[in-house]
Order: sequence, then C-alpha cells, then structure tokens
Amino acid sequence: MDLNESAEEQAFRLEVRAFVRDQLPVEIRDKVLKFQHLEKSDYVTWHRILGARGWGAPTWPKEYGGTGWSGVQRVIFEQECMEAGAPRLLAAVNMIGPILMRYGTPEQQAYFLPKTRDMDIVWCQGYSEPGAGSDLASLRTRAERQGDHYVVNGQKIWTSLSLWADWVFALVRTSSEGKPQEGISFLLIDLNTPGITRRPIRMINGSMEFTEVFFDNVNVPASNLVHEKNKGWSVAKHLLVHERSAQADIGLCKRMLRRLKEVATTCLKRGRPLIEDQRFRDQVVRVEMDLLAHEWTLLRVLSMIANKRDPGPETFVLKLGATAIVQKASELLMECAGPDALPYVAEALHEGWQGDLPNALEIHTLAANYFDWRRISIYGGTSEVTKGIMSKMILGL
Amino acid sequence: MDFNLSEEQLMLADTVQRFVEQEYEFEERKKLARTDRGYSELHWQTLSDIGLTGLLVPESFGGMGAGPQEALIVMEALGRGLVLEPLLSTAFVAVPLIARHGNKAQQQLLLPDIAQGRLRLAIASLEPEARFDLWQVATEARPQEGGRYLLQGRKTVVIQGDSAQQLIVSARTSGNSSDKDGITLFLVDAKAMGVTVKGFPNIDGHHSAEIFLNNVAVDGSAVLGEVGRGYEPLEWATDRGIAALCAEAVGTMAKLFDLTVEYLRTRKQFGQPIGRFQVLQHRATDMLVAVEQARSIALLAAARVDNPDPGSRRKAVSAAKSVVGRNGRFIGEQSIQLHGGMGMTDELAAGHYFKRLNCIDMTWGDSSHHQELYGDVM
Ligand SMILES: Cc1cc2nc3c(=O)[nH]c(=O)nc-3n(C[C@H](O)[C@H](O)[C@H](O)COP(=O)(O)OP(=O)(O)OC[C@H]3O[C@@H](n4cnc5c(N)ncnc54)[C@H](O)[C@@H]3O)c2cc1C
Repeated sequence: MDLNESAEEQAFRLEVRAFVRDQLPVEIRDKVLKFQHLEKSDYVTWHRILGARGWGAPTWPKEYGGTGWSGVQRVIFEQECMEAGAPRLLAAVNMIGPILMRYGTPEQQAYFLPKTRDMDIVWCQGYSEPGAGSDLASLRTRAERQGDHYVVNGQKIWTSLSLWADWVFALVRTSSEGKPQEGISFLLIDLNTPGITRRPIRMINGSMEFTEVFFDNVNVPASNLVHEKNKGWSVAKHLLVHERSAQADIGLCKRMLRRLKEVATTCLKRGRPLIEDQRFRDQVVRVEMDLLAHEWTLLRVLSMIANKRDPGPETFVLKLGATAIVQKASELLMECAGPDALPYVAEALHEGWQGDLPNALEIHTLAANYFDWRRISIYGGTSEVTKGIMSKMILGL
Repeated sequence: MDFNLSEEQLMLADTVQRFVEQEYEFEERKKLARTDRGYSELHWQTLSDIGLTGLLVPESFGGMGAGPQEALIVMEALGRGLVLEPLLSTAFVAVPLIARHGNKAQQQLLLPDIAQGRLRLAIASLEPEARFDLWQVATEARPQEGGRYLLQGRKTVVIQGDSAQQLIVSARTSGNSSDKDGITLFLVDAKAMGVTVKGFPNIDGHHSAEIFLNNVAVDGSAVLGEVGRGYEPLEWATDRGIAALCAEAVGTMAKLFDLTVEYLRTRKQFGQPIGRFQVLQHRATDMLVAVEQARSIALLAAARVDNPDPGSRRKAVSAAKSVVGRNGRFIGEQSIQLHGGMGMTDELAAGHYFKRLNCIDMTWGDSSHHQELYGDVM
C-alpha cells in the first residue's frame, strides 16, 4: 500500500491545471461557475482548444488520435477540467469513440473517428423512448431492412443536446423474436435525413437543449449498422461498463463544493458571512467530509484499474456518492440565496445580460441550478434502478 | 376539540374548490403565469365576490369576520390549484394588521375597499442585508415639521409587491438597524413620489418586487399603530400570513402527492405499473406521512397564531413553517424522482408544484430560520 499520489501523477495534475488555467476562456469559465446556460459554441470552442493540445479525445488510445492516458490520468484530467470550470466534454467523444474502435468497421472508423475527435460531428445518444426508460429493452423504434438500407420509424425522447447534434447513435428494434434484448441493433443516423423532426422540450430550469426526435420512414444506409444486426444490446452494455469511474464526477463535486463555499462567504447573515453561521457551516462541512470519502473511494477504484482488476459493479458506489454530494450542494447553494432565491430572472441564466437584477447575477441562477440537478439521480439509470442492480449483482439478493 | 368542519366551513371549502376546478386547469394556469401581470383581474374579482378578499375583514366593514381556521380552509384549497392571484398579502396579512392595529379612520378607508376587491396591499418588510429577519430594518423614517416623515431605504423580495396599490412599510424611527424597538409601520401609496416598484416573476409564477423609497414624504396619519412599536404587530401579522402559507403548502403537497400516486398507478415499466416496485411503495408512504404531518402542524399554527402568549405562538408558527418547508421539499424532490425524466420537464404539473413548495419555504423565513426562532424560545 502507498497512500500518496505518485510524483508522475502529481506532475501530470499540475500540467493539466496550468493548461486549463491559461487556456480556458474566462467567459466560458464564468458561465460554468455561475450556472448559466452554455451554448453549443462554448463546448466546441473548449473542445478545439483541447484538440490543439492533442487532448481532444482523452479516453482514446494513441493509434486513433487519442491521448493514450491511463485510467488514473483520465480521472485527474476530468477532475482538473471540471473543477476549474471547463464545460463537460460532449458525450460524443467518450461514448461513441470507444464503441466504434471496438465494434466499428474500418470504413466507419475511418470516417467517423477523426470527425468526432475534431468536433466536426456532434453526437447525441438516442436510447430512451416515451415507453422505454428504465426498461430500455422494451424500446419500439423499428428499423426494417429494405435492400441496402434500413427504414426507421418511431420516437426517441430525452435526447440530450439533440438540438445541436448532427448525428445520433440509436438503439432500434430489428427483431421481435426471442428476448427483447436480442432484437435490438445499434444504428448511426444522420439527423439531417428527411423524415426526422425534433421537438424541443422545455426543462424545469428553463433550458431547451433536449428534444423529442421523431422518425418517419427515415432511410439509413445499412452500412451505418454497428456490430451485427440484433447485437446492439451488447454494444450499449459495453459503453455502460466503459468509463464507469467517470460516474464519480469528482471534478463536478469539487466545483460545486467550492462554489458553495464562495457563495456562502459572500452572502451575509446578520452582518457576517453565512459560512460563519454554525448552523449553515455544519452542513457545508458535512458535504466536504462526504466528498473526502467519495474521493478516496474513487482512488481505490482507480488503483484496482491500474492493477488490471475490473472494479465491476462496485463502481456504482461512486455514482450514488456523486449524486448525494451534487444534490446536497445545489440545495445548500439555493439556501444561501435566502429570499433572493425567489425572483426568476430567465435572462440571468444567459451570458452577457446586463439587466437590472434585485441581487448579484450569480444569486439568481441558484434556484434553477437546484432544480436542474434533480436530474443526476435520473439520467444514466435512476438511483432506484441502480440500487436494484447493486443488490442483485453485488449482494446476490 | 373537533376537527370536523362546520356547515359554513364546508360550504366555504366547497366554493373555493369549485373555483379551482373551474378556473385552474393546469394548461390555463401555465398561460396565466406567463402573462406580464401573472394573474387574472377577472379571477381576482371572482375571489372577492365569493368573499375571500374580505374573509378576515370584520363584518362591520363589509367582510366575513372569519379567523385563522377559515384562512386555513381557503388557502389549502387554493394551494391545490397553485392559484396565482395575490391574495396572501392583502387578505391574510394586511387585513388582520389593519383590523387590530389600525385606527378607525384607516380601517374605514381601507377595509371596505379590500372586502370589495378594490384594493391590494403588500408588506414591505425585508431588506437586502436582512435575509429573513423582520427586525433588521435600516430603512429610515425621519420626522419632519408638521408630524410628517421622510422615508428612505430599500425593501427586497416584497411578496406580491408589484400588484399592490398600498404598501405597509417597516421603517426605523429610532434605535439602530437591528433593534426590535424603534420600528414604525407606515401606509405608503405605491404611486407616491419617490417610490419605485420593480416587479419580478418568481420561479413559481407568483410575483415579488424590489421597492426603493427615495425621500418619500408621508403624513403622520400614515403611521399604522404606535410610533416605535411596530415590530410586535408586524411579527404577529406576518405569523398570520405564515399560518395561511402553511395551509396553502398543505394543499400543494397533497395535490402533488395525488399526482404522484396516480403516476405510480399508470406509468408502466418492465410490464407493470411502477407502483408495484416496493421501493416506490415505501417512498410513497413516506410522502404520505410527510403530507399528514404537515397538515397536522398547519392546524397547530392556525390554532395558536392568535395565542396571547407570544412564546406559544412563536413555537407553533415556527414549528409549522419549519416542518412544512422540510416536508414540502421532500415531497417535491421525491415526486420529481418518481416521475423520472417527465418530472424534469416544464410540461408536467409536478415541477410547478415542486417550485411553489420551494418558494413557500423561502418566504418569510425558511425551515432553518424558523428552527432557529423556535430554539430561541424553547
Ligand atoms: C437530464 C436527462 C438527460 C438524459 N439524457 C438522455 C440521453 O441523452 N439519451 C437517452 O437515451 N436518454 C437520456 N435520458 C433518459 C434517462 O435515461 C431516463 O430518464 C431514465 O432511464 C429513466 O427513465 P424514465 O424517465 O422513463 O423513468 P421511468 O423508468 O418511468 O421511472 C420512473 C420511476 O420509476 C422508478 N423505477 C423504474 N423501474 C424501476 C424498478 N425496476 N425498480 C424500482 N424503481 C423503478 C424509477 O427509479 C423512477 O423513479 C436523460 C434523462 C434526463 C433526466
């Protein structure tokens, strides 16, 4: 056992930290730290900055133009970026990249990987449907083979960032025989194909980057099928297992806690910073202590990965840990605002708005941010479903 | 003790419930909330016609002469529909304040108009540096010749402040900015010279206002109650408002709970209603307990809010506000969670109920503030 970060790890951490400090545009950073809505261009800009440094695809091996970093390095990288206020890397790179490397044809790899890495294609993930959320295998969007293409009909929902995306990687039904999981295929679909319509969904925090995607007799070249027909479920599963440690969201947790301390220092209670109020301080302390435990759980998982042991479903502890920390921090942040949490200034959620606010701009985003973070216990598998899987897979119950 | 409603109370509950059913269909409400005013003048008049603006106005001034129990019945029913009309400040805070502490002339001038639905008031009590402390008053009232005063200061997040024609302003006539002594209440015309009202929609569709008072001249007749002794009446009247707000929250929670249980019955995953999953059954029963505890403690607040023993009143009202705040948040969060992705949208009612519950918690002292006030008198 050696409970210290190695000299190389430390050097790497400092390198990333300095890079982000020097290169992340201040306007983007401020939007992230103040919980304002980001534009597509913010994500693309940051991605291109990383790309110029050769860091555009942190989870990819070198031969595909990635960084070739170890699991530990990836986590350090993610943490330093997120903590400093960088936008999240768009789903595309970390998700579809590894899938295409493992299951894609040489043609698919040659076409999509460079464009994905360079952000010439923005992807979204089309799994969920109105009737298929937790029970994903019951999905009904159909793809029927006709000659050299598939005809797709159906509907996807909750497709994050689909308003901006160029392509969707989707799970579609290609057979109704056998177990539901056995009739699903993994298909790459150009969102500009005729027959596709997107309806934006207004979310609880006022954001609009989600859509419902409708497919009406959409022609998709058969060459866009990934892996074999009816083997899409295992492709999707591979993706879920890949990068489980990312679910620790350690950078996000740290950023939220730091923001909480900052805001609790500027907000006053009886003339003193709120953070000095014992009642409030205790709650912040608790979040910080939980975060320490969370961080060390992550380190244990990383050490398993470094020793080539599969941490398996135990990593779900990380997902639940992050959920609790992020939700509590966002709640306390809203409480900092006190009565000022009430006014809803939609414009405060967007950059560059100079209107006349009752209070400092960053106060008026705190309530919306609290509502928004309810999502962390829903997306990517709800907490209830996660716990169900854990009790089966880990405890054998 | 009898928790059953009397015949008149039943009728009252019924009338309000009917209003909510007829006028507050969810999509209609959503449209109304997005208008500039944020509520309907027509609804306001209807509410007045069925006696709600004058519910607490003494009969001698054209009101119904009712008390905190009727306020509870009405507000619970309004809470179920997320009603937007700005009744709270006028009917449940300003009226008791004027009826108990106003002089005859003020009562004559204001109460009949309120009962008729012609006048709305807001309580301009909180200030930017004060968080939830009603006693932190930096707004100054400087005495002038002829018994007049000049008001100078800023009031923040004044609930329903943008639709009020008259404001009840707490201002300091003596002492320093966190003394309970030396606070005086003034009736101020919202259109008076030097008054600036900047209205904002809140996250729940209700409205509040920032109010700037810049050398606002008022006559001595604008003083409500006694000079320098405005704190006690303000705290009591705000407590009346808090008790009413707790009742509203109970209605909001109960309705949100119903919506959630309905969703558990109808939403199917894995070939069965999600309500079959034991974890969700247990969650729903936790929510049920939270609703019922909130209901009980809101009744306690209504029972004690006029108690002459200030400690007893403080405990009941603060306990109610604190429990309601906490339970409201629990029910809101769980309701979103049990609705899954649907819960995260603006399109479903659940999110709107959740937001209202959070706003109620942040109005006139959040859960933790009232825990502190309770602790001070325990
Ligand atoms: C912010 C956000 C982003 C998302 N992004 C994407 C995306 O990019 N692409 C995509 O495909 N999808 C996306 N989703 C969809 C997400 O994966 C689903 O919302 C999630 O899987 C839950 O499905 P559902 O919403 O249908 O809820 P339901 O499955 O209907 O769940 C409702 C409730 O029932 C509970 N429940 C369901 N089954 C069980 C069970 N067996 N045992 C106990 N409890 C159960 C759930 O925990 C939940 O509380 C996103 C969702 C959100 C909120």
